[in-house]
Amino acid sequence: MSVTAMPHLPLVEEIDEATVSDLALGATLLGTGGGGDPRVGALMAQAAIREFGPVRVVDPQAVGDDGVVVPVAMIGAPTVILERIPGGHELDLAMQGFERLQGRPVIATMPIEAGGINSTIPLVLAARRGLPLVDADGMGRAFPEVQMVTLGAGGAKAWPLVLADESANVVSISGARDNASAERLARAAVVAMGGSAVVAHYAVDAQLLREWAVPHSVSLAVAIGRALREARAHGDDPIAAIAPVCGARRLFSGQVVDVQRSTVAGFVRGRLTLKGLDVDAGGRAEVDFQNENLIVRSEEGVLAAVPDLISLVEAESGQPLTTEGMRFGLRVHVIGIPASPLWWRPEALPLVDPRAFGYDIDPIRMEDPR
Amino acid sequence: MSARIGIDVGGTNTDAVLLAEDRTILASVKRPTTPDIESGVRAALEAVLEGQDPGAVKLAMLGTTQCTNAIVERRGLRRVGVLRLGAPATTAIPPLADWPADLRDVVLAEARIVGGGHHFDGREIAPLDVAAVRQAASDWQGEVDAVAITGVFSPASFMHEEMARDLVRDKLNVPVSISCEIGSLGLLERENATVMNAALTGVAERATGGFIQALRAVGVSATPYLSQNDGTLMTLGHAAEYPVLTVASGPTNSLRGGALLSGRMDAVVIDVGGTTADLGALRDGFPRESGIAVEIGGVLTNFRMPDLVSVALGGGTIVRRTSAGVEIGPDSVGHDITRRALCFGGDTLTLTDVAVLGGLGLGDPGAVRHALNAADAREVNAVALRVLDAALDRMRTSAEPVTVVAVGGGSFLVPDDLAGAVEVLRPSHHEVANAVGAAVAEVSGEIDRIYHLDGKPRSTLIEEARQEARQRAVDAGADADEVRDLELEEIQLAYLPGDAVRIRARAAGPLSGHELLPGGIERASAHG
Repeated sequence: MSVTAMPHLPLVEEIDEATVSDLALGATLLGTGGGGDPRVGALMAQAAIREFGPVRVVDPQAVGDDGVVVPVAMIGAPTVILERIPGGHELDLAMQGFERLQGRPVIATMPIEAGGINSTIPLVLAARRGLPLVDADGMGRAFPEVQMVTLGAGGAKAWPLVLADESANVVSISGARDNASAERLARAAVVAMGGSAVVAHYAVDAQLLREWAVPHSVSLAVAIGRALREARAHGDDPIAAIAPVCGARRLFSGQVVDVQRSTVAGFVRGRLTLKGLDVDAGGRAEVDFQNENLIVRSEEGVLAAVPDLISLVEAESGQPLTTEGMRFGLRVHVIGIPASPLWWRPEALPLVDPRAFGYDIDPIRMEDPR
Repeated sequence: MSARIGIDVGGTNTDAVLLAEDRTILASVKRPTTPDIESGVRAALEAVLEGQDPGAVKLAMLGTTQCTNAIVERRGLRRVGVLRLGAPATTAIPPLADWPADLRDVVLAEARIVGGGHHFDGREIAPLDVAAVRQAASDWQGEVDAVAITGVFSPASFMHEEMARDLVRDKLNVPVSISCEIGSLGLLERENATVMNAALTGVAERATGGFIQALRAVGVSATPYLSQNDGTLMTLGHAAEYPVLTVASGPTNSLRGGALLSGRMDAVVIDVGGTTADLGALRDGFPRESGIAVEIGGVLTNFRMPDLVSVALGGGTIVRRTSAGVEIGPDSVGHDITRRALCFGGDTLTLTDVAVLGGLGLGDPGAVRHALNAADAREVNAVALRVLDAALDRMRTSAEPVTVVAVGGGSFLVPDDLAGAVEVLRPSHHEVANAVGAAVAEVSGEIDRIYHLDGKPRSTLIEEARQEARQRAVDAGADADEVRDLELEEIQLAYLPGDAVRIRARAAGPLSGHELLPGGIERASAHG
């Protein structure tokens, strides 16, 4: 079982400093309103590439059986990540700790999520260690909880899990009841490590990678970022520009007339109300979010819901918007992007369907025009 | 009766007003801004004081764009030694990594990341590497003109920054800026703001020196002040130390002037000049601050800036007829308007010409009629209305329509029928609103810090912060009996366990001994 490449998606073979900018912009859209600002991660990746050279990208089909692929990410409070920026070397420590624990060599790294800051963190490790980056990830987007990962649905374990910080504190979790427990233990340790750390977990072998990683999501983020950048430079329609690579469609165009937010158990939950503009004049729509956008509804019913991607861009510039940046008066397009087909497999869907977020509705699958 | 002078140095004009303590505008003038600034200020001072007693002027307030221009034009900036206290953390991104290369080349002498900094809960990441700080300072002798020091989590724990500053000052006789006094959480943006501040110290010295000389030349011995981003005043000494806090003083002064002239403390002010329309929101008479990082000269920073929206719509904005219809701007004839606009005998169709066609009593409507038919004129006005409506929407925080105060030389471009406006006010003297804003400015004190509860009730810490902000305002010269709270805010730090809380408190009051009498602004006489 494998997923074939999309016909319109140019595959990335190497990532240099300039490519990082496109990747980060695309990752902001794939972050579907959350995922953390990729800016700090992008600056880290660019600095590492400047020092150690560009990163080689490998196709998930081409990864060999001589070791494991280990995703790395930042874990912790955004406030801390933006203030106590990593040193870079803690990624080496996490990787070394992982190899000791796992007993198999790490042959490549990859993002655990294609959206947000964690799309760029693996580039830092890849550049520092000369490791290839697999053109894939475990979500094809961003989700608020790490166990919401396709790899887990396919049987990958969150452990062994290694956390490391800049001061050479290394914490290993060598066993856990389930992936959610491993995540809970890790978060407790992260607090003691000053509120943020790097994490290496969800190691996969070549077979699991081929069957359960979302393929070509690194290329996808780069292609989306490039299309958005070029559309802005030429004054073109951003949605038309990205549609051929990701199957995006406009769901609603409107102006933000209300934003409600509350912080519940570490997550920012809220609702955005839009008043229709242009073709949607006279209509209304609501977008609910929990860090990421979850569901968009209009008078006609549910327009889209998780696991499909719901992203907002500023109407004028096409700039992807985060839920944090939402405010009254913004004119936006709501964009729907079909989720990876992997999420629609029976083992995966319950992790991320509307019911996983407390909505008593059946999932509705967005048609993929590609 | 004692009086005060407000001056605003803009890109095109230098405006000055002479204000009596009973809020009467005794005189107001506009003079062209000169490349050296000082002679333009002097010309404006001479004009506004014509027939007045310079000895009666007790206060002189200056708002100036010099620092902003220095950044945009990369001129007159100091070479900065950049010290970050954070190793072994933070080394993944070198200082100034996100700066435009040309600005970085001008500003950056050398950057070093040394051991130090704190965690969010006050623990040290590493002890301050005293030897490394001393080494940097001695290596930088003769190599740097200023030093910027930024420590991790210094808005909560600033000891390392202060220690490092003292160590540097032992060896180097140059201005030293520390980040806890300049920016908020977000290491890179705060570091950027601190480096920019250090780079601007030379510009600030020249600006304040020039202001003192201009005042002396016209016989005014008043106490001089500079207006800052939040609409309050700094002493010149303070301004020389924190020049980055003046970069938005121009738009802020317009906002404050709009409030004072209209008597509305909660409104959106639209200041229309020759090239742009700048919108800002007033809350209790002060500019609402931007909640997001603000870009200055291509660099992201996070110090306090007013929340502004600027659109390319001014009196000199060029209007073109194309096959697709009419096109507005974004370019402008700027201060050449009196030479180039059709209604003044020039050859360029501008938004002022369109307004003249619509009945604005200015210039020669006959010179415009042949260039634009009535249908096109309607379309231009419709487009301008749409642009301003959209900009106004970005300033509003709810669906509730707001009061709009239109000020500035091009404010005739603001129509009465803005969709988001409940009313559009056009106060008299609006054309010198920015100088009025400078003249009536007060002094403030503020606290923005992360506190650890350590078992204390939050209310105790909030009250402590409030009192400290008030004390700082009094220390800066405010009348202790007149100081009032402008802002008291507790910001939860998301995802962090335990007891860290960020508290912002701000207080302001009139300068002690220089209180204005209550009432509105009135004009006694005018010339200039």
